[in-house]
Amino acid sequence: MVFFYAPNEADQGFVQKIFYLHVPLAIVALFGFVAGGVYGIRFLRSGDRTYDLRSYVAIHISLILAVGALITGSIWAKASWGSWWVWDEPTLVSFLIVFLLYACYQPLRFSIEDPERQARYAAVFAIVGGAFVPLNFMAVRAAESLVHPRVLSTTGGAMPGSMRVTFLVCLAGMALLFVTLNKYELTSKQATFALRALKRRLAGDDDWVPIRRSAAPQL
Amino acid sequence: MPPTEHAEASPEAEGGRGASAAPAIALRDLGRAYGERVALSGVTLSVPVGQTLAVFGANGAGKTTLLRILATLLRPHRGEARVLGHALPGEGWAVRGRVGLLGHDPLLYRDLSARENLRFHARLHGLAGRARTAASSGAAASSGAAARPARGGSAGERIEGLLEAVGMTRRADEPVHTLSRGMVQRVAVCRAVLHEPELLLLDEPLANLDPGAAAAVGALIGPGAGVTRVVISHDVAHGLAEADVVLGLRGGKQALAVSRAAVDEAAVRELYR
Amino acid sequence: MSAPRGPRGDGAPRATPTRGTPTRTAVAALVRKDLRAELRTGDTLPAMALFSISTFVLFHFGLDARSLEGDLAAGVFWVTMLFAAVLAVNRQFVAEREEGGFDGFLLAPVDRTSLFLAKAAVLFVFLVALQVVAVPAFAILLLEPSPGPGLPELIGLLLLADAGIAAVGTLVGALAVQTRAREVIVPLLVLPLMIPVVIAAARGTAPLWLEAGAAAVEGRWPLILGLYDLVFGLLAYAVFDYLLDE
Repeated sequence: MVFFYAPNEADQGFVQKIFYLHVPLAIVALFGFVAGGVYGIRFLRSGDRTYDLRSYVAIHISLILAVGALITGSIWAKASWGSWWVWDEPTLVSFLIVFLLYACYQPLRFSIEDPERQARYAAVFAIVGGAFVPLNFMAVRAAESLVHPRVLSTTGGAMPGSMRVTFLVCLAGMALLFVTLNKYELTSKQATFALRALKRRLAGDDDWVPIRRSAAPQL
Repeated sequence: MPPTEHAEASPEAEGGRGASAAPAIALRDLGRAYGERVALSGVTLSVPVGQTLAVFGANGAGKTTLLRILATLLRPHRGEARVLGHALPGEGWAVRGRVGLLGHDPLLYRDLSARENLRFHARLHGLAGRARTAASSGAAASSGAAARPARGGSAGERIEGLLEAVGMTRRADEPVHTLSRGMVQRVAVCRAVLHEPELLLLDEPLANLDPGAAAAVGALIGPGAGVTRVVISHDVAHGLAEADVVLGLRGGKQALAVSRAAVDEAAVRELYR
Repeated sequence: MSAPRGPRGDGAPRATPTRGTPTRTAVAALVRKDLRAELRTGDTLPAMALFSISTFVLFHFGLDARSLEGDLAAGVFWVTMLFAAVLAVNRQFVAEREEGGFDGFLLAPVDRTSLFLAKAAVLFVFLVALQVVAVPAFAILLLEPSPGPGLPELIGLLLLADAGIAAVGTLVGALAVQTRAREVIVPLLVLPLMIPVVIAAARGTAPLWLEAGAAAVEGRWPLILGLYDLVFGLLAYAVFDYLLDE
């Protein structure tokens, strides 16, 4: 749809089409981070470890999407502005800050050996990070302005109808991709744990070798 | 009695004290894990008020885990635990402040003096300035190292009384890191009993103490203290001599849980094999 | 074991009034203990002060412009403050961790958030004490205009920013002290989280240090600082309990 339906944008030409990939990546990644925080809250309140797993998976995948957003953003920047990165741009900078923060999520988990404490601390981190995302964007936006095309600004997205439709479709597609990846990783991990539980029961508690330290949550 | 029997400490095993009051500790199928490693499982016993539970087991058998659960520092993962009439972990807040823990860590700040540490703990436990009904604290404290400071009196008096009882008055104002290990242990004992707990949890309390200090401390935390005690000790003979109820742990699982009368030294030593 | 846990009993109202130490008593005791320890061994505040002054001196020589004003001055000052705060956060819970202080605290019949309040209060005090020294040092070493005229506003901004740093710093400190890589994790977490504070504080302070004479502080910066303090203060307060749980 991107290639055939949306018209070529006047200024930037064909390269602008990468926007259909870049912005949804960024938006979904940010929402994913916030979702990780929400799951963190639910984990702390209920103690049910599946929430911790969901939180981990949400953040994990959002991190990957964020990398994608940063890369596609750089390509777009190079093509339309002539440089790979621009520091005075609030949206980029605040996104980078959020990315750097969440890049610490897995090292943090890995540095805590006790799996329960690991889950709890990761949840705390996810909650703080989730609250941080909107606040950070507000602060950085207030500090600077406007080189980044404000496609969805309050003056009303100045996109012709066909572009908007394409954009929305891409956004929906990206969200679905996120959910699918989420489900995929969740089921894969749950299957692994179920398998381990069965193996452990077969082997008997005494002979069982506990899992090595890992950053991923264990059920 | 073979050590692998899961004999439960039944009311008859209380040594005739009568089961009228609720037990100080009541555990049923208690379990706790660290990730996939099971540290404790299937612990079931009951300790009446005022009696001593001796816990034996090799290193890593789960003794410290049990102690920490009773101290409300760890949550049980399985089974039920009732301490001083309250269920853990839900009513843990009601139990804190009535339990005294003496573990491997003295829980003292090294940069502060013994006196400052004790004052801090007194404040934290809400003791400072609380004048209880006055007892003959003055007379008791001055009658020698073996005497226990009487209950009552303000926190300050109690601190002084305790320091005197363990023989630490002279060095009470020096930072803790200048004290020898034995002295630190003595101050730690003071800290553990400062708030007059109803339940004492002791992990090898006489480690690092010379016989004189051990005697001094004995009045505070020994069987004569009149409170319910849980003692972990590697000195089998000594531990058994003081015990009313005996728990043996092997690999986290309960191997023995009987009254003192029903077990002998040999059975306990089996645990360490 | 994945036994689901029910609602926690901690923080429930005390059944009998004689049990349970009131929070303010506990907080006071903890604060006194920390301040006394600091007065006796003094390893945090002098380190923070020394670090800040050294950094100012470095900038003095490194930037070649011997005097700064406006945006640049504010930026240099606040970034230095942030790094000094990281120093303090690194040491905040070390005594508790190494000397079994967490256990000692957890055994007491107190609300667990009193530890958060006490530690955050102490960190706040450290930051303010640092700034009492650092602002004059900055004025002497690097600042071109005199900070005098804008002083009340400056103090207001300092207090607002310090509150935010204290809240988030304490939370991160508690989180990091139980991990294995504390000294690495603290800056990694603190720096991104504090960026809104640095931005707002620096942009707010900048007009006060203009060569041409102190201009008014833009209203939105104290607002953002206040919002940050509120959101993260409450969040840290709410979430702190879970860090101490076992």
